Amino acid sequence: MKILVCISNVPDTTTKIKFAEGNTSVDTAGIQWVINPWDELSLTRALELKDDVTSGIKSVTVIHVGPAASEPTIRKALAIGADDAIRVNAVSSDAWFVAAQIAEVVKKEQFDVIMCGIESSDYNGSTVGGMISEFLGFPSVSAVSGIKFENGQPVMIREIDGGKEVVTVPVPFIAIVQKGIAKEPRIAAMRGIMMARSKPVKLVEPVAIDPLTQIVGFEKPTPRAACKYIDADNPEQLLDLLQNEAKVI
Amino acid sequence: MSVLVYTENWDGKFKKLSFELVSYATGVAKMLNTTVTAISIGKVDQSELLKLGSYGANKIININNEQLAVLDSQVYTSVISEISGKENASVIIIANNNTGKAIAPRLSVRLKAGVGSGVSRLPLNLNPFTVYKRTYSGNAFAHLVIKSDIKILTLAQNSFDLFETPGNATIENLNPSVDGSLLKTVVKDVQKQTGKILLTDADIVVSGGRGMKSPDNWPPLVELATLLGAATACSRPVSDEGWRPHEEHTGQTGKIIAPNLYIAVGISGATQHLAGISSSKYIVAINSDKDAPIFEVAQYGIVGDAMKVLPKLVEAVKEIKK
Repeated sequence: MKILVCISNVPDTTTKIKFAEGNTSVDTAGIQWVINPWDELSLTRALELKDDVTSGIKSVTVIHVGPAASEPTIRKALAIGADDAIRVNAVSSDAWFVAAQIAEVVKKEQFDVIMCGIESSDYNGSTVGGMISEFLGFPSVSAVSGIKFENGQPVMIREIDGGKEVVTVPVPFIAIVQKGIAKEPRIAAMRGIMMARSKPVKLVEPVAIDPLTQIVGFEKPTPRAACKYIDADNPEQLLDLLQNEAKVI
Repeated sequence: MSVLVYTENWDGKFKKLSFELVSYATGVAKMLNTTVTAISIGKVDQSELLKLGSYGANKIININNEQLAVLDSQVYTSVISEISGKENASVIIIANNNTGKAIAPRLSVRLKAGVGSGVSRLPLNLNPFTVYKRTYSGNAFAHLVIKSDIKILTLAQNSFDLFETPGNATIENLNPSVDGSLLKTVVKDVQKQTGKILLTDADIVVSGGRGMKSPDNWPPLVELATLLGAATACSRPVSDEGWRPHEEHTGQTGKIIAPNLYIAVGISGATQHLAGISSSKYIVAINSDKDAPIFEVAQYGIVGDAMKVLPKLVEAVKEIKK
């Protein structure tokens, strides 16, 4: 079986976000780009499955929708261990656009398992994985925090409000994964970095799709009032403030 | 035209989130000068269903079908999209929780409807239809224009105030035809936490970080949480170390919460942690390092060793609870 791992290219999660062009876009100057954290965990788990001969997983391909400038992120995924990559050569305009592009690729090239992170740390949309599934008519399982294969069938842990379910769906399917799917992201070793240079990155031109949404402006979160300090020996004062000023206890 | 809202139930009961969704739907319906239709799937008593009416639902479509007992996103999408057509829905509102994240994107493709996910305020504008949504993990909020005829909005939990509206809702029992061949999800086992306040539902959360120094030091933190009726949470290093279960991890890649009160004990406040808690209404920080970034987002702070402050705080809470 073949796994396709969808990866998004996002600002390093410690980036201080600044806006440009009259608050209509994010100022990308000086931003370090990384693999979206959930996608990095997803890739790690896909590679662990490939390492396990009993899983039946033979290859791991990564796909990214983005311009040539996002190549370093794709190379990083290859250095971590993906076998090959596909880049849809387009600036991603919204989740609908990205999902439609990935679905088009999957229609032409057969994959058994598609893995997507549950959200990206930039747009926080949580929609691309589900949209790909619907475009393809594949079953999907969301909020997956564990995945393994038994006799060629997936066994997944799905997080629900206040618990977990163990679920399965037939192959091919889409797993929309969250924290827990892998313990820690796999890090590229020097050998992997060397090998990544010669791994194939297939370039695909986008299909014409009009996005359904558009960001027209950004604003910063409402600033918070300055901190009131309370003496460590006087917790009663804190409780008084929480009861009578904030009125939250 | 109507506003459609999917109200999930938990073992036949609605919770605050369900009423937040209906309150939000009612707000949107007022802007559009239209009515609210709520969809409930599962076995829910009539008296429970009618509670949705007191937050503004005009009509409640009650579906109790065995084939919908398991959340299969394809089947749910079929049922909801069919109702959306019948009700001529222009806006569909779903929770931005695990269920909503499973359904909303599929519904989007089925109905060719753009999604605004994680909204926390009423739409900013109707023409063009513009929503206010969380981006960059809470470091920025976007004004997102949805261009499609039908709009899907997923509402962030604990972000919209309940709003009671006098009025009566009508209940329509519906038994939609479910295409059994679509039902592909098989649940082999369920493990539920019982008797604990869910982190995402809690009004108060007490959370511990590396400053707690050892998993053995948690009893006073748990006691404080119990006294306050709070849920317990932790920072990522704590769950990575296995000091606390990963369900408690609050932060960018863990749970995103918005309680009324978040008490951070021994948490320095890394960007990734703040991403999970920045929508909390009040934050209290207890930390021995006066320069810790958590104090920049806290309204109340105590500089001190968690192990010394916590027992005193527990005693003080016991006093006021007497």
